[in-house]
Amino acid sequence: MAKKLGLKQRYGLLTRGLDWETSYQPMDKVFPEATFEGIKIKDWDKWQDPFRLTMDAYWKFQSEKERKLYAVLDSFAQNNGQLSISDVRYLNAVKLFITGVSPLEYQAHRGFAHAGRQLPGVGPRIAAQMQSLDELRHAQTQIHTISHYNKFFDGMHEFPHMHDRVWYLSVPKSFFDDARTAGPFEFMIAIGFAFEYVLTNLLFVPFMSGAAYNGDMATVTFGFSAQSDESRHMTLGIEVIKFLLEQHPDNLPIVQKWVDKWFWRGYKVLGLVAMMMDYMLPKKVMSWKEAWEIYFEQAGGALFEDLARYGLKPPKYHEQATADAEHLSHQNWSIFYNYTQAAAFHTWLPEDDEMAWLSEKYPNTFDKYYRPRFEQWRQMEKDGNRFYNNALPQLCQTCQIPMAYTEPGDPTTICFRESEYKGDKYHFCSDGCKDIFDNEPEKFSQSWLPVHQIFQGNCGGADLGDVLKWYNMNVGADNMDQNVSPEQALWDKWQAERSRVAAE
Amino acid sequence: MTIDLKTLNIEPRRQTFGHIARRFGEDRPASRYEEGMLDVQATKHFHYKPFWEPDKELYDASRTEIVMQDWYALRDPRQYYYATYNIARAGMRAAAQHNFDFVEKRGMLGNLDAGWRAKVEDYLLPLRHVAWGANMNATQICDRGYGTAVTAPAIFTAGDQLGIAQVIGQIGMDMAGGGGEALEAAKEKWMTADYWQGIRKLVENTLVEQDWFQLFIAQNLVIDGIIYPLVYDSFDASGQAHGAAAISMLTEFMSEWFSEHSRWTDAVIKVAAAESGTNAAKLSAWFTKWRDQTGEAVRPLAAHVLGDGGDAAVDQALATLNARAAKLGLST
Ligand SMILES: [Fe+2]
Ligand SMILES: [Fe+2]
Repeated sequence: MAKKLGLKQRYGLLTRGLDWETSYQPMDKVFPEATFEGIKIKDWDKWQDPFRLTMDAYWKFQSEKERKLYAVLDSFAQNNGQLSISDVRYLNAVKLFITGVSPLEYQAHRGFAHAGRQLPGVGPRIAAQMQSLDELRHAQTQIHTISHYNKFFDGMHEFPHMHDRVWYLSVPKSFFDDARTAGPFEFMIAIGFAFEYVLTNLLFVPFMSGAAYNGDMATVTFGFSAQSDESRHMTLGIEVIKFLLEQHPDNLPIVQKWVDKWFWRGYKVLGLVAMMMDYMLPKKVMSWKEAWEIYFEQAGGALFEDLARYGLKPPKYHEQATADAEHLSHQNWSIFYNYTQAAAFHTWLPEDDEMAWLSEKYPNTFDKYYRPRFEQWRQMEKDGNRFYNNALPQLCQTCQIPMAYTEPGDPTTICFRESEYKGDKYHFCSDGCKDIFDNEPEKFSQSWLPVHQIFQGNCGGADLGDVLKWYNMNVGADNMDQNVSPEQALWDKWQAERSRVAAE
Repeated sequence: MTIDLKTLNIEPRRQTFGHIARRFGEDRPASRYEEGMLDVQATKHFHYKPFWEPDKELYDASRTEIVMQDWYALRDPRQYYYATYNIARAGMRAAAQHNFDFVEKRGMLGNLDAGWRAKVEDYLLPLRHVAWGANMNATQICDRGYGTAVTAPAIFTAGDQLGIAQVIGQIGMDMAGGGGEALEAAKEKWMTADYWQGIRKLVENTLVEQDWFQLFIAQNLVIDGIIYPLVYDSFDASGQAHGAAAISMLTEFMSEWFSEHSRWTDAVIKVAAAESGTNAAKLSAWFTKWRDQTGEAVRPLAAHVLGDGGDAAVDQALATLNARAAKLGLST
């Protein structure tokens, strides 16, 4: 009788052994995307499986997690868990999540299916397929979690329709469209490495701890449940970059360019998270600046020190992102405060205690540059003249955020950059975004820029009302200031009722 | 402070998402299957053309010649979403593991006649490569398909096919007393044995098919629809005279899976064929093309296993498949 195999050999036989070199059809027809990005792989067998998960174990673990998660979601719904959140304002973070993030989980699902078919190595192909399944899980569990909130609150009811159309949602959408339309190796670096490994803690930790601090037990449970998936995804991301760098020296400049690009792309999307942390959470977890220090400067710093042995440098402009951390959330919240009439969530001005918190967290910038602005808007509000900006903003051709960011080192001057391509001028919010365009002008000149599209009459009509209708926005409920929203009124009524019952 | 929440008047302001209410024609509660699936894939305003297919959009209905008014008509009768899929498979796989343990405890693989044991190693173990090809095809359907209604079950099927390849792998290891020798020998047969080459060529042909709905027909209806009955019914039935009860137990997962998988396959094809005469004609043409290729490809394997009875077993599998296809609205 043969000797029983060890776990590693057993896993090898159950996976690696499956593949074969095709001979009735050429391999480059079976894997048509293996080489066009210029990545050179000498030996797929050198791939180290970061986790050895066979399908039987996958089904077992995942089904156990799902049973527990859905039991919590059911009881949350039965017990009207929405009443336990810290404040109705918190839900605006949930709206941002379902309209801006959950569709990305879905995109990740399809993107990893693409990589899980196209990558010629059997190890990474299986890992990508499992991640594709996981990402479908994330999309569906998020929809199922938020489904309950949607029954009571606004701004969530049209998430796929809005994701495809609304101006600020083109920021996350174009980010993922960019990754999805790239080749499979760039996708793995963009999403598997840059997003899942380098930046994920700046997305999920803020949302999930924000949920925990603000009594949203449904989202917290989902977040915890997804954690073991995320750790697999992170291991895959780091394995991919190391593998590419180990396989051939020619891969280094290609990978470096992708790391630079995807760092900046991801960082720009995370600006939405920055404002969520500093302005939208009634109970704050930590400031964006603190999160950036912990999760990028420290954790990312250690990571890139480790990757230096492959010749890889930290992403270009990372120093600027660090300097920007003093400004990012304030500038973004200002943009949305200006344009709340066209957004599917509410904004408001920070209260006194929140202003004090912001001053403490941003001693170098908040009182000097941003407090005066908010105080002026507060006065206008008091005078019955809440400020809404009715001029459509110019958008950055790359990240698609309104051009409202300031020059590095000069927080009073708006930063504009431009490039010319085939006789047309394109505008950018930053050097990082301009570089990305200049490297791939053919791609980024295609951007579906919401403001351009409105001007061209492709978004339902010429005036704001037509556009909002085209967004399927429930005008007067989804948009405008928090203080005049129906859900604020509803919440206040619930609270009054609770006090009355408690007093009896 | 505890408050009796029941005293609060808490009425939902809406029952489901707007895109789902529009499909229902009214605002009423939707199932988790519906909320997790309907309209979840982006349909409009894609920012960039794919580098890997610059003449198409990121999600593009024209990656098949089949045309549907509404791609969300292609429902899964099992109504799987991620949670229910995994819970169902975990249960099936636990039952299969129970069978593995039972067979090992009773030493049942030792009851196989030596001659039939060699046959099993010839026909069953190389099938894991067929399952692996099917896994790639299911992943391709998820990747290139249009609309979550059909793409989500496709990635579930990819997981299933990998799981089946691994069940076969586990059988191969058990047959070798715990080692990999039988599986390595099986791969050699897959690559070189005459009776496998038709099937390997067939599988490789599917791996280069770009029309995802044609691939759906080739893999889910035809290849699975011929190979599963042939192997897990006909071959298995012959084995009963040679002490192969253990093999039936160890492959029960595949039989059970195939009947479930066929329910999904049939539902999708039936709706697509009913949509238009053009669809039905295309699906029928693809069906006959792949059926003829597959029928020829499996004959040498059937002859190797069943001898003179091989052709009759293949004919029977083809007849069953033709009847099934006819019920789905295909001309055969
Ligand atoms: Fe995810
Ligand atoms: Fe930008």
